This record gives sequence, structure tokens and C-alpha cells, in this order.
Amino acid sequence: MDAFESIKATFFQECEELLADLETGLLAMEGGDADPETINAVFRAVHSVKGGAGAFGLDALVRFAHVFETLMDELRSGRMEVREEVVKSLLRAADVLSDHVGAARGGPEVDAGRSAALVEELEGWIGGDALGAAGEDDAEIDGLVFQPMQVALADFDAPAGLPDLDALLPGPIALPDLDAPAAAAGDVWRVTFRPRADMYLKANESGLLLRELARLGETEVELDASNLPPLDQMAAEQAYLGWTVRLTGEVDEAAVREVFEWVEGDCDLEIVRADAASAPALPDLPALDLPVLDLPPLDFAPASIAELPPLEPAVASAPAADPVEFDIAALIAKAQAAGPVDTPAPAAAPVAKPAPKPAAPAAANETKGPAAPVQATIRVDLERVDRLIDLVGELVIQQAMLSQRVGESGLARSSNVAVGLEDLEQLTREIQDSVMAIRAQPVKSVFQRMPRLVREVADMTGKKVRLVTEGEGTEVDKTVIERLSDPITHMLRNAIDHGLETPDERAAAGKPAEGVVRLAALHRSGRIIIEVQDDGRGINRPRVRKIAVDKGLIAEDAILTDDEVDNLIFLPGFSTADTVSDISGRGVGMDVVKRSIGALGGRISISSVPGQGSKFTLSLPLTLAVLDGMVVTAAGQTLVTPLTTIVESLTPKAEDVHLVGGRDAVIRVRDTFVPLVDVGVALGFRDEPIPAATGVAVLIESEAGGKAALLVDSIQGQRQVVIKSLESNYQQVEGVAAATILGDGRVALILDVDALVSTRRKPARTEKRMAG
Amino acid sequence: MTEVVTTGAGARRELISFRIGEQEFCVDIMSVREIRGWTPATPLPRSPAFMKGVINLRGAVLPIVDLGARLGLKTAEPTARHVIMVVRIGERTVGLLVDAVSDIIELTDDQVQPTPDVACDQVKTFVKGLFAVEGRMVSLIALDKVLPEQEAEAA
Repeated sequence: MDAFESIKATFFQECEELLADLETGLLAMEGGDADPETINAVFRAVHSVKGGAGAFGLDALVRFAHVFETLMDELRSGRMEVREEVVKSLLRAADVLSDHVGAARGGPEVDAGRSAALVEELEGWIGGDALGAAGEDDAEIDGLVFQPMQVALADFDAPAGLPDLDALLPGPIALPDLDAPAAAAGDVWRVTFRPRADMYLKANESGLLLRELARLGETEVELDASNLPPLDQMAAEQAYLGWTVRLTGEVDEAAVREVFEWVEGDCDLEIVRADAASAPALPDLPALDLPVLDLPPLDFAPASIAELPPLEPAVASAPAADPVEFDIAALIAKAQAAGPVDTPAPAAAPVAKPAPKPAAPAAANETKGPAAPVQATIRVDLERVDRLIDLVGELVIQQAMLSQRVGESGLARSSNVAVGLEDLEQLTREIQDSVMAIRAQPVKSVFQRMPRLVREVADMTGKKVRLVTEGEGTEVDKTVIERLSDPITHMLRNAIDHGLETPDERAAAGKPAEGVVRLAALHRSGRIIIEVQDDGRGINRPRVRKIAVDKGLIAEDAILTDDEVDNLIFLPGFSTADTVSDISGRGVGMDVVKRSIGALGGRISISSVPGQGSKFTLSLPLTLAVLDGMVVTAAGQTLVTPLTTIVESLTPKAEDVHLVGGRDAVIRVRDTFVPLVDVGVALGFRDEPIPAATGVAVLIESEAGGKAALLVDSIQGQRQVVIKSLESNYQQVEGVAAATILGDGRVALILDVDALVSTRRKPARTEKRMAG
Repeated sequence: MTEVVTTGAGARRELISFRIGEQEFCVDIMSVREIRGWTPATPLPRSPAFMKGVINLRGAVLPIVDLGARLGLKTAEPTARHVIMVVRIGERTVGLLVDAVSDIIELTDDQVQPTPDVACDQVKTFVKGLFAVEGRMVSLIALDKVLPEQEAEAA
């Protein structure tokens, strides 16, 4: 049971990846990419989801995936054109498909109405007939109708003895092209190909070879099953089948021979020029009972499975009338499920109408895998990686401690120990970088979720939106990735709901009806920048200002620059929507986004051009595991200030420091007065502030409270520190963001600059932050 | 080592006993991860007086609770002779500052008698019960109450 569950878990993991591939492919198609490989990739993704789901008996998922797959197959085969509306349907279907996967995984139930509506929509595209009875039973799902057929085995009480297999077979089967006239221009080659068992042992595949051959020109494939022994004499490892291919096309012998380059030694191969006139005329397709049926009672050695596919490619080269799913894996499963006696042999009736499945052999490959490209990746439990990162963090600290001790011991810098230690330091740093790189992930995983969101929000608001994403490959630490999703979601919602105009308004403004929202990620000076840009109406500054005044967020006569007005939307309690909408007005404003980003050591800002749109810019550290900090001393304690918050440091002069009221001090920095916060006092380490002139002021810019100066005793220097959580063993401490371990092995606290500045102000008054 | 004759009914268990000042306490041995000497802790701002701060325990930030102060006893500044008992409380690992670890005691539950009513509230919160070992009185400590309440601190 456990094993089963774990396989299932793996399946769901794969599903996630497959769904991501699916969406990527569909988006590429939406963008006009009609590359067959893209369409194939989408088909394969949904096919694999369906296949896995079938194995786990997830019926609802299978049914939905089947309809999806059928439509993809239409597109893939070129019977249907890749049109924008179809892709849009498919994209919506992909959303529902992922809902189905989620539901199968134990998530929320799928909206049955929506699912049914989409099935209808997809079937509408397909045209209905190919799919009349979709999803009624498994056999249908696999597109095969199985007709029971008596196969008696000699070992069992078969009165008539074992019928010779040859008798079951319709003899050599020819599958001429239906539409292509035999008299196509070019040379005509007659290729007789009879694999030996060795060829299969080397994981070669007759089906693939035949398919390769079909690429060279028009082919007629004839199956020679005359060597097929009676069932009870059949050895699973042997090769019995051969083919004769009539190839018409402008190719020379070398090209034909090249197809068989890798198997030449392991098969009987004859390539001769044939006279076109002497081509056997095969006007009618025999109603063939392909011998797909005969293997089940035998033990299934892998090689015997290898025997199966050749039948299909034989069929594959002929173009076709009806789309028929031909799934080797399903067939085998069916066959195996059937008992040895009275085997309901799959008579493969639908196959009689040859299905043009260039990718069907590929699908067969997928199930067996030998030809699939091997990706050099492994799945590792995230906990193990995290543990490794923790340990490397320890190593870095330990190494720093060791260096410090050696330095203190007075050893010469040129001593062996000191030199060795330097090498160690180098190595440690490299290890740390490499380990961090393991956890780095492209932001793609987050970006991929966004098109769906955009579609949904666009539907709800009745706006037309196109999402453009850039820099999906930008890598950032997993800890950051996890926290990116919410703010991006929020910003996108905001951009569509508030930023973009309705199609009518856009038309009136002379813009295309479809609004464009751009989501981009890039690296800039050791940070990741996320930009969300819309081409909407931009921020309505007079209105924003009025709201801020009405809500008492700013003074009525406050003089604000345009930038400052734009950034008013980040103030708590600010919401520009006249009506609280379902989308962005859930009582959660941009201030929450700003705060959550601030908690990650990030910043967010907005810039806007009226009539042309707005741009949110979000900047975050690349990792939440290490931090660049300034190590300072206050009240005898070593503390770390995040470097990102620091603007500058200065030595205060006594005459620049003024008291406002009883205790609150301000310091003049050039021409502005900023609050001066004694860190020792703010943290409760001492009661009276030190005289400003004896310390150092660090000018910081906090996320919420603008600028402030932190008064500390001294600055020790800049250092990269490993962030340690206080919460894991204790709890959050006000004014402290986290802890770290310094070179001396002691714990140092990392300051939460924001909290520090606002804590100090809290009892005093409810300030108007942006005022003045 | 103390030999305790266990005759009564109830589950047998092993306890580690330790001293704070003149008094003897004990905790379940299963919750104790390690015992180490005192190292100076980094004080935490705005924390209760019994929170001595945090130390580095092989890379983890370990909060140190001065158990004596927590129990309302008089405590002196810790010295190198003091001991930190690293204990597991739920999901957290916490260091308890005590004077010295004295013994391993084995006893059954029925040997523990409930804390008498004479004790003050603070003691009753942390002391689960009392028992006698060789004429000495040992108090059994309930670890889950040792850390400050989250809510109280957050407010």
C-alpha cells in the first residue's frame, strides 16, 4: 500500500511538471508557434497525464484528459487548424485539467459545471463524431473496441488443437497510401527488412526505422509474418516478423541505407531499385485482423513487448480516415488482464482503418523508454537540501571562528596553518555558492501560475488582457520563490482590475482593445527584480490624493511629488476602487503586499504615466538564507543591520541633534531632520541614550516609515551572515528580524529596522507618515 | 547512584534530577537531549527576566530559560559552573539554566504525590508533583509551561 501511495505521489509530482509543460506549450501556440514539436509536446503531456490517471483509476481525470487529448490529436495530425479560439479553449481546459489533478490529489472538488462546459466546448471543436461516446468505458477511452475472439491453446482442452497463427493472420498485409498515387515522381526502392533477435536486444526498434523510412518518401509497407510460429512454439526473445517496404521518393540508395546504419549487422536487409510499374496493385485494404492479439498467454519478457510495436508502424505510414487511438501500453495491459483461456483477444477492428499516427510509435516509446532522452536530473527531498544548506552554513561559521582563533593566536600570516586556512576559506565559499545554487530555481514555476490568474481576472472584469512574461529563467533561492507568488498575484490583479481600462474605454483612448500586462524578472546588483507593468490608464493622482486626504492619511496641504502621490497606494487603509470588487478588493490592500515584501528584505515601488500605464517594481534579495549586513555595537551588544536598509552612516555632531519635546531626538542630515533612534534604548538594553556625538549614526530607509537615523556605539564592518530563525525554538521578538552566528560563535541579533523605528514611535502618536 | 525500590504500581520512568539553590527538581529523562556548560548568552530585547537570551548550539539558536527565575527562586549570575540542560519541549529545543545536575532517578507514577495546596501559583504551574528520594524532596517539573506564552509576548 505504501509503495502504491508512493508511486501515486510520484505520479502527481510528474503531473505537476506535465501540466507546466502543457501550459508552456499552449502559451507558445497561443503566441503563434505552430511548430509540430510544440503541439506534440502538449499532446504527450496530456497523454501521459491520462495514462497515469488511468493506472490509478482516476476516472474523472481520465475522461477529461481524453477529450483534451482527442482535440490535441486533431491539431497534431493537421486535421484541424491551430486557431486562436481553439487554443484559448485549450488553455481554459488546461486550468480545469489541473483542477482535476488537484481533486484527484485530494484537493477541492472540480467545478462540475465548468468541467462539463469545457468538455462540450472541446467536443464542439472536434466536431463531435470522433468522440461520440467519449468516456463511457475504458475500452472506449483507449479508442479500441475489443471483440472477444476464441483463441484456444493446445495445453488447454482445445478440441481443435491450436490453430496455426498463420491462419489467424490475413497473410502479408499491405497498406498502400490512400490518397497518394503510386506513380509519385522519383525513384522507387524496394527495401526488404528482417530484423534478427539481436537487433531488439540492442534496444533498436523496427517501428522507428520504418518511420524513418517513411520520412524519405511515400512508402508502402508489407508485413511478412510468414515466419511466425504457432503460438505454443513462439519464443518471446525471438524475432519473427519482417517487412517489405516500397519507397517512392527522390532518394538515393545511400540515404535509404543510412536509415539502417545502426542495425545493419543485426538484420537481413535488401535494398533494390524497383520498377514502378511492377508495383503490386493493392486497390483495397484488407479488413485486417492484425495479430495484436496473440501474446498475452506467454510470459511477457521485455523482448516480446518489443515485438509488438512493429505492427503499428506498419500501419502508421498510411494516412487515414478516422482518428483512432492506438495505445500499445493499454493493449498490453488489456492483454495481460485477460486470462490464458478463452482470451478475448483484441481484434483491433478499428485499426483496420489505418490511423496516421506519426507520434504513436513515440507514445509507445514513452512507455518503454529506451529512446526517450535521458535528463540528467534527480529528484531530491527538499529537506535534505535544506539540511545540507544548514550544514554548510555551520561550516562557514566554524571556518570563520577558526580563522579568528588562529588570528588571535599570533601565528604568522605565512605559516602553514594560516595558508591552509586561507585555502579552506576559499573552498568553504565555493561550497556555499554551489549549495545555494542547488536550491536556486527559475521563477518560471511562479510565472507559470499567472496566465491562469490573468485569464480568470480578465473574464471576471470583462477586460481583454494579454500577459507577456520575460525572464522566466531568472534564478532565485527557493525560499524566495515560495514567497513571490502572493505579491505577484496581487500586483497582477491590481494591474488588471485597476490599471487596465475596459475595451470600450481603451478604444475611446485610441488604444488597442486588448490590454497588455508585462511580467518580467531580472537580476540587478545581487537582487531579483520583478516588474509588473500595464498599459492602462495610469494612476489617477488627483483622486489618489483626495482619497488619502479624506482618509486622513496625509495632511490636506501636504506638498507631494508625483512619485510620492503614486506611492500613497501603499499606505495602510488605502483602496482606490470605488466599489470593493471581487478581485482585488478583498480588504487586502497594497500595504499588505508592501509589508510582506518588507519582511523579506525587499522593496516595492510604483511609477506611473497617466494614460500610458503603471509599473510596479519589486526588488528582493536572491536568498533568504544569507544576508549582507553591517555589524554594529550598541549597549555592548553586537547587532546586525541589513545592508539593504542602510543609506549612509555618519558621525553626528552635537549641534545637529535636537530634541523634539521631552525625549524624541531628531538629527539634521544636510537639510532634513530625521528621527534619531538610540538602538540600545529602543531594544531596552539601556535606559538613557548615549550622547549622540560619542556614537555613529546609521541613516536607514525603512519600508514603512521613511528615513530614520539609528544611533549605535560603533560600526564593526560589513559581513555576509547566515540567517537563523528565532521562531523555530522561541518566538518572534519585536525589533529583531532574526538571528545569526558570528565568527566568535556567539549569536547576534539582526535588527528589524522597520519595527525598531515604528516601535519607538508607537506610543507617541499616530503619525501621518507621508506628510511633509 | 541512587537505588530506588520500585514496588508500587504504575508506569516506571527515569528522571534526571538537578539542583537550583537548595532545592531539587527533576524532569523526564526522555526530554533531555544533552547537558552542557554555561556559555554567555546573547540577551533578547524586551524579554521576561527569566529569559537569559540565546546561545549557539551547533548552529541552532537556542533560547535559555533561567529555570530558577522562572520558578520564582532567587538566582545569581550564572558562572562557568552552571549547567544548561538542553530539553525538547514539543517542537522546540530549549536550554534550561540550572545549578547542577545531580542524579538519575527511577520511579513509578504512584510514588509521585500531587503538589500540595500550600504552594504558590507560580510553583503550582510548573511543579507536577513531589516525591521523596532518600529523605530528600524532589519536585517534578512540567516542561510545557516553561516557555512564555506566545500571545502574551506578541501583544
